[in-house]
Order: sequence, then structure tokens, then C-alpha cells
Amino acid sequence: MLPLLLGISLLSFAIIHLSPGGFLETQVQMSQKISPASIERLRTLYGLDQPIHVRYWRWLKRLAVLDLGNSFTDGRPVRDAIAAALPATLLLQGISLIIVLLISIPLGGLQALRHGSTFDRSVLAGTLLTYSTPTFWLGPVLMLVLGVNLGLLPVSGFQSPNYAELSFLGRFLDRASHLALPAGVMVIRDLAFFTRYMRGSLLEVIRQEYITVARAKGLDERTVLFRHAMRNALLPFITILGMSLPGLLGGGFIIETIFAWPGMGRLAYTAATGFDYPVIMGILLMSSFLTILGNLLADVMYAVVDPRIRYGGTR
Amino acid sequence: MTGRKFWFIWGGLFLAILVASALFGPFLSADPAKPDLYARLLAPSFAHPCGTDELGRDVLARLFSGGRISLAVAVSVVLLAGGLGIILGAVSGYWGGRLDSFLMRTVDVMNCVPTYFLILSLVVIIGPSLFNVVLVLGLTSWTGMARLVRAELLSLREREFVLAARAAGLPARRIIARHILPNLGTTILVASALLAGDAILIESGLSFLGLGVQPPVASWGNLLTSGHEYLQLAWWLIFFPGVAIFLAVASFNFLAEGLRDILDPRMRAGS
Repeated sequence: MLPLLLGISLLSFAIIHLSPGGFLETQVQMSQKISPASIERLRTLYGLDQPIHVRYWRWLKRLAVLDLGNSFTDGRPVRDAIAAALPATLLLQGISLIIVLLISIPLGGLQALRHGSTFDRSVLAGTLLTYSTPTFWLGPVLMLVLGVNLGLLPVSGFQSPNYAELSFLGRFLDRASHLALPAGVMVIRDLAFFTRYMRGSLLEVIRQEYITVARAKGLDERTVLFRHAMRNALLPFITILGMSLPGLLGGGFIIETIFAWPGMGRLAYTAATGFDYPVIMGILLMSSFLTILGNLLADVMYAVVDPRIRYGGTR
Repeated sequence: MTGRKFWFIWGGLFLAILVASALFGPFLSADPAKPDLYARLLAPSFAHPCGTDELGRDVLARLFSGGRISLAVAVSVVLLAGGLGIILGAVSGYWGGRLDSFLMRTVDVMNCVPTYFLILSLVVIIGPSLFNVVLVLGLTSWTGMARLVRAELLSLREREFVLAARAAGLPARRIIARHILPNLGTTILVASALLAGDAILIESGLSFLGLGVQPPVASWGNLLTSGHEYLQLAWWLIFFPGVAIFLAVASFNFLAEGLRDILDPRMRAGS
């Protein structure tokens, strides 16, 4: 855990200092009339005259209190910018993840049970095709057809302009209709991975001897499937969810940008196109920290659910 | 038709068409960079099978030259990331020890960083261009391959034929290259095909957002960008590049599926 955090901070620090010239030079280029004396003063002000290890240590100390600096473009603290964007991303990712799991677990499970059938093969072909569909193509097409031509759904954004005046139910429907397109595109993209995983996992489990034993005991097929097979097949999902966290946090960046969804991905995109280094570095760091946290949580959950892998303690 | 053949035939067919059109297409079609302001936004016709864009350039010709870029990106990312992953994974798995734990910690760190954000910050810092996109994709996507190769090495290095080779006094480099890696052929091919598909998808996504290949050079991604602006006027501007990306990525994924069947017959779908 700690080495990971250190590694990530080193990686980010290295990336900042990769930038040719650094941001001081960028600012100097912007105003040609700046005098050498004031450049020197700025250099001292930003601590850029210090040796690299001193700078890293200072940066780390500020990091420890979540001081990520201020945005170059609008001057607000990076911490606040990220805090404002995170809920939108979590909402979008959370909803689409739930939908993906609701579809892919039964689908992949059924594939494993009818393993080798036409059904199995067509689902596999179908999910490979949806995985291959570029989101930045599907998104605009759905926007045009469902949003513009048919007028069924809002084209983009987080909520309607009159959101504050709506009733509770109205707000719910408004948010849901804005979610539909980006979440739908995300579900279509992520379906393949989780379905394949479920299929492989259940296929592995139903070949185990304890399943044969359960059948030999004369248990009916439903009990064998739901009490014995599914439980074990679903266990690895905890780890897989933890592992897919970085993809979930960052992977929506194209979708968020297309649909003007005010989350981390769009923030990263605007920061990137505006050369807003503090913001993009802050996003890189914060999303990595969240991922480590998520992985830790997954490990703990796994130990809670599966008594076989509890560390130490009584056996 | 058995499963393996099914995936191979379709994946191979798509890919062959794409490679052939990227290689020979530019010689058969119009000049992709030549504007014709009297022929702006023409719908698909016999003269322009995929229509023309907002400057009257032939979309089919631009698709062909974009195909060259996408395939070049796929090949170079596979060579860079795959090569890096194979070498680091093999070194790590064969020798173990401190180097191994250092490399694997590095992989852990890379796996905790959302790839898209990493790519985004690197592309912004070193500037968006074709070369930089390949560089960044190569340097960020080697971890999967390294893990795979290392895991295989860990079990293979204890096998009798490796011990025999070592007892015969062969140098480690030769043992890895001649005796161990050939056993990993299919594993490496599957991972490479998946890498290639993802590379095309990410490159065209970055180009779509203006962070990859820069206009006026045509790539499938930036063709979609201009198509996006004329979404309601000219469906062909967004339709054909989308289909091209889709077919390219799908063909690599289908090939990977066919190869995976050879690797693990127990998971086979359809027989």
C-alpha cells in the first residue's frame, strides 16, 4: 500500500518535470516584456531554484494535506475542482456498472451452462462486436437519432436548466433522461468484458468435483446452480471490480466529453486542452489514490466473504 | 464450422481487406488532400463512393490514408509494448529476485493509474502528434504482456527441458529465446491481437478529440471529428469512418478469439 502510494507520487512528479521547460517558461513566453530579475523572483517564489529532492519533499508535504495547487485557468483550488466533478462521474459509472452486472451475470452464466451451443457462440460474437464499436462513433449517432431526430432524450448535459424548480419525481426523471444516453453507451462498451468473465468463471466452477458431489447427492439442479456453483463463480467478481476501478474512473473520459457530462473525464479533457497542468496532475493522483483505496476495499471484502483466505487468525 | 475456424475466417477476412485497402487503396482513389470547393458535402455516388467532405475532398481516399495510419499505429504499439512486455516479463520471471520485485511493483503502480488519464497528461505534456501517441501508448500498455509472460516463465523455468538446457551450459539469453519463448507463441499472439485492437480504438479516440493525429493528415479518428460538425447534413462523414474503425477493431478481436481457442480448448465456444 505505502510503496504503491510512493510509486504513484514519484511517477506523477516525474511526469510534471518531463514537461519541456516547465510551466514557468510557458508563462514567460506569454508575456515577452518580463524582466530577467522578475523571472528570478518567480523562480524563487515557486521554489524552482531548489534541488530536485527538496522540491519533491515539499510537493509531497503539500500532497499529504491534499493541497494540489490551483488551476491555471480559473484559479480555484484543484481539490475543489475534482470534488465538484467526482459525484457526476461516480453517478454515471455506478449506474452503468449496475446495469452491466445485471445483464452480464445472467448472460455469461447462461453461456457457461449452454457452453458450446449456438446461443453461447452468438452471445460471444455479439459482445465482441459491441466491444469493437467505438464509443465516440456510437455516441454521436445515438445523439442524432434518439436526441435530435426523435426528440426522445436530451442530447447532452447533466440536467435541464429548470432542474431546481422541478418536483422530486421531476428531478429524478430529468436526471435519468440525461443519464440514459451516456450510461447506455458505456453499458454497451463494458458488457463484453464482464460477460466473458462470468462465462469463464462459471465454466471453471461447474467442472469442479464438489459440483459433481452435489449432483451425486441427488440435489436438484437449481440448488446445485444457485447454492453451490453461482456463489463460487461470483467470488472473483469482487477482485475484478477492484481491478477495473482505474478503467471505470478514467475510461469514461471520451463518453463524458461527448455528452458534456461534468465529471472527472471531461475535467481532464478541458484541463488537457487548456494546458492546465495542476488540474491534470491532480486528477491523475486522486484517481490513482481512489483506485488503491478501492483495491484495498476489495481485498477486505474478499476476506469477509471467503473464509478460506483470511490472513492469520484462527483456522 | 468449428469455433476456431469461424473466428479465424471472419477476423482474417476483415483484416486482409483492411490491409489490402490501406496498401493499394491510395493508388486507386483520388488525392485525399485535394479540395474541390465545387464538390462540397456530396452524398455517396459512383464518382465518390463514400461522398465528399466539407472541403470537397474524397472521403474514400481519406479513409484509405487513415487506414494506413491506424494500421501503422497498431503495428508499432504492438512492437513497442509487446517487445517491452516480453523482455521485462521474461527477465522478471526467469531471474526472479530483486529485479523481479522491482519490476512487478512498477507494474502494480502502472495498474493503479487510470490509463486514459496517464495517456492524456503525457500527450499534453509532450504534445499531440502521431509519433507521440504511439510512444505513449507503447509505454503505458506493456504491463499486461509483462505479467502474462512472467507467469508463464515462472512455471516453465522449472521444467525438465529448461533444466537440461541449463545443465548443458547454455547461456540464459539463449535458453529464454530458443527454448522458453517458442512455447509462449500463442499466448503472445493473443495478447498482441488484443493490444492491436485497443491501440486502434484509443488512437482514433484521441485523434477524434484533437489529441492525436493532427489535420490535415487524415486519420479515422479526426475524420469523425469533422463528421461530428456536419452530423445532420452529411451522415456519410461519420458513418464510413465509424465502420472502418469498427471493422478493424473487430477483426483483431476475432483473431484473438480464434487463437484463444487453440490456447484453451476447454473454454471453446461451439464445436
